[in-house]
Amino acid sequence: MATLSEKVQDVFNEPGCDKNQAKGDKERKKGCTKQLTPGAAAGGCAFDGAKIALQPITDVAHLVHGPIACEGNGWDNRGSKSSDSQLYRTGFTTDISELDVIYGGEKRLYKSIREIIEKYDPPAVFVYQTCVTALIGDDIEVVCKAATAKFGKPIIPINAPGFVGAKNLGNKLAGEALLEHVIGTEEPEFTTPYDINIIGEYNLAGELWQIKPLFDELGIRILSCISGDAKYKEVAYSHRARAAMMVCSKAMINVARKMEERYGIPFFEGSFYGISDTSESLRQIAKLLVERGAPSDIIERTEQVIAREEARAWTQINHYRTKLEGKKVLLITGGVKSWSVVSALQEGGMEIVGTSVKKSTDEDKEKIKELMGEDAHMFDDMRPRDMYAMLKESRADIMLSGGRSQFIALKVKMPWLDINQERHHAYAGYVGMVELVKQIEQALFHPVWAQVRKPAPWEIASSTSTEVRAA
Amino acid sequence: MATVTTNHKACTVNPLKMSQPLGATLAFMGLNNCMPTMHGSQGCTSFGLVLFVRHFREMIPMQTTAMNEVNTILGGMDNIEQAIMNIWSRAKPDVIGLVSTGLTETKGDDVDGYIKLIRAKHPEIAEMEIIYASTPDYVGAFQDGWGKAVTSIVQEMAVPCLTIQANRVNVFPGAHLTPGDITEIRDIIEAFGMCPVFIPDISGSLDGHIPEDFTPTTLGGTTIRQLRTMGEARASIAIGEQMREAITALESKTGVPCKLFDRLTGLEANDQFMQYLSEVSGKPVPNKYRRQRSQLQDAMLDAHFFTGGKKVAIGAEPDLLWSLGSFLAEMGCEISAAVTTTQSPILEKMPCDDVLIGDLEDLETRAKDCDLLITHSHGRQMAERLALPFLRYGIPTFDRLGAAHKVTVGYSGTRDLVFELGNTFMADEHETTPETWRNSIGINGEEASIQATSRIEINARETKTSCTSNGSCNCG
Repeated sequence: MATLSEKVQDVFNEPGCDKNQAKGDKERKKGCTKQLTPGAAAGGCAFDGAKIALQPITDVAHLVHGPIACEGNGWDNRGSKSSDSQLYRTGFTTDISELDVIYGGEKRLYKSIREIIEKYDPPAVFVYQTCVTALIGDDIEVVCKAATAKFGKPIIPINAPGFVGAKNLGNKLAGEALLEHVIGTEEPEFTTPYDINIIGEYNLAGELWQIKPLFDELGIRILSCISGDAKYKEVAYSHRARAAMMVCSKAMINVARKMEERYGIPFFEGSFYGISDTSESLRQIAKLLVERGAPSDIIERTEQVIAREEARAWTQINHYRTKLEGKKVLLITGGVKSWSVVSALQEGGMEIVGTSVKKSTDEDKEKIKELMGEDAHMFDDMRPRDMYAMLKESRADIMLSGGRSQFIALKVKMPWLDINQERHHAYAGYVGMVELVKQIEQALFHPVWAQVRKPAPWEIASSTSTEVRAA
Repeated sequence: MATVTTNHKACTVNPLKMSQPLGATLAFMGLNNCMPTMHGSQGCTSFGLVLFVRHFREMIPMQTTAMNEVNTILGGMDNIEQAIMNIWSRAKPDVIGLVSTGLTETKGDDVDGYIKLIRAKHPEIAEMEIIYASTPDYVGAFQDGWGKAVTSIVQEMAVPCLTIQANRVNVFPGAHLTPGDITEIRDIIEAFGMCPVFIPDISGSLDGHIPEDFTPTTLGGTTIRQLRTMGEARASIAIGEQMREAITALESKTGVPCKLFDRLTGLEANDQFMQYLSEVSGKPVPNKYRRQRSQLQDAMLDAHFFTGGKKVAIGAEPDLLWSLGSFLAEMGCEISAAVTTTQSPILEKMPCDDVLIGDLEDLETRAKDCDLLITHSHGRQMAERLALPFLRYGIPTFDRLGAAHKVTVGYSGTRDLVFELGNTFMADEHETTPETWRNSIGINGEEASIQATSRIEINARETKTSCTSNGSCNCG
């Protein structure tokens, strides 16, 4: 069994990642996680990343082995939707005490697993390692092995304690755990030539369901989504898919690549953000399925669906064009989204005055230039203070970003829209893009702006026209 | 009088509790121009930050020493030094509030010692205060962390003073008080002609206002000057048992006499508060509050029909549990289930048979036959499962607006609470049907009748929900 540090090295060596391939041997060994700056760091830890990647599996009990902070401070806080079980929203933690820190927490962990199985009877338990329990040397892999043998159910160790690195590393370590312990352990009842996996999609705000009707219409079956709205068994038999799509940049590239290596499942990297990207993804899926032996008529059928949906979407987006023409958008997000929503916004008549490329690859940056021209405003690391200034000076009319930076916009009384993980609206596929443009229109033309921007009467030069009687 | 027990489960299910460093961080957010910083892995800060953003709907300044595996084992001094110097050069705060976490406490970092060494090495940061609180994640809970941070603030900043400011009183609010509560208490004390200084004061930083300019640190709160002159106050008032250690420390350091109020919710609790303020200030209780007292009496009379005999399940930290629980009992409710997060001497006084230190799973088991659930937003899943009316109190409240402005202190805050309780019960009244009493008559035997009644109640509740949605359509 590989040690945690070996696994981290393995993940860093990912050959499927072109960014990594471009590096020299020495640089690659250092890994892709930048050294964090104490006092100037933001973002989640590896444990956070692992939990984000796996918690969308809905019928599993997700047990956090550590002090109360790791689960108590942040449970049930993500927008992954489930079509069935709600067990994934139940917070399980060993909540270790001072005595456990001294004597070790393995016994408490084992008992916790037993209690969960007795009370909730899930198909599997995922056990997450955290910093403190890693530091005191609790061996969760051994406990999980013993518990699996005792209870006859898969008890899966997720070894990604927070202090090994950042969120992104946690995503990948979670993927490794699935590859090592889950994928390939069960068999589907039946297979079809149209079975696909979608990897790295978390069904936030129910976005998967904006795409699924299209797959249903085409007769494509999502054998397994890793991990949005997934059931344990679906992930366990995902190795029987014919083709796979990897969503969300590089978060789970190791899963996609190793499944190709082990089970011969070809994959492509695609996105459901943006109209042309959605079309391109559908085309790729059809193509891969045909290459794997599906009847070739699916290509033609896919083109028909694409033509119909694109026409619908563009017509609907065009409705907003007159109102949105010339509006300036500041886009603060990462990776694929830094360019994938751009074309839809442009079709709506909007101008992108800046996009952040902190988490984007060189490829992403090339695409931005393609869409926005050579002089595209790309920001590597925009400080909150700069966003504030940009909005305050009206160099942008609206900011699209993640929840944490919303107040930068709101405090200068400027419209803001959430396009990151905590969002309540789903923006995937054709309908999602229309929804995004609609939400932008709603945000920009909300009556609240005029009211809150108007200064109090006494702040304007006063005219004493009010009549009063002298006392 | 209640028996206090701890659950015997190995696994906590649906945590009610949050960790100490988070409570300590919130306390530091009540200091002006401050940067609260967690000495731990970056996730510790990230989880806390997200939680506070969701609760307060405000920008939250919070930093991390970003510990990794290697420097945890080698000791975190370099990380603390880098964090302090980076924060100093980027944000120039008046104070850094540093809290430890489970990770660095397990290693055993001597943070007090580190700070001394860092100060010796960097004389340029002499002007910036660094206040440290030791708050391991695996001990205590949120309000303990808040208490420890405030005690650290007192230990670090209070000095004996020769002069006394005639009107000044220090007020030490517990973590259970909202920015709105603090504003209300300030108004009350000022009405007696006194000048209260809150330590800490989250009403200055987290009350949801629009600042003039961008600030990377806290937007308001107690200033360093106000902290240094703690010893000049005529008296100190603490609200909540969790503040006892802080005011005792202040009294022994500076001789400022202190008075602890275990709650400011309820008629009698506020009578005592007003009487005390009147005695300290030498002024009669202002007419405004005599009027408010009378309004509260009237509200209690109007509401008692609806609150009497109702069974309530509460999950809250000890001081909030005490404030709400005692008042509910005073309104004739029965506290059928009380679950809390950590030990406190106040728990034994609770007006119920037992208080359990446990989680929301425990509360769910005990809340089955209750008429009302009160806990923080994480109670939403259980409220839905049990079909119980649900009032959100405590941190986090992330699925409702205005958590920072909910007021339950003073006569007027208590009056608002009375109405909220009364209205919640009123909205949940069950329509009588020909079947309501049939099974209570005794024909089918005692046992069956009780079960049948509760079934009807559940049915009635379901019917009522659908009526409400129809009703709102008609109104539109």
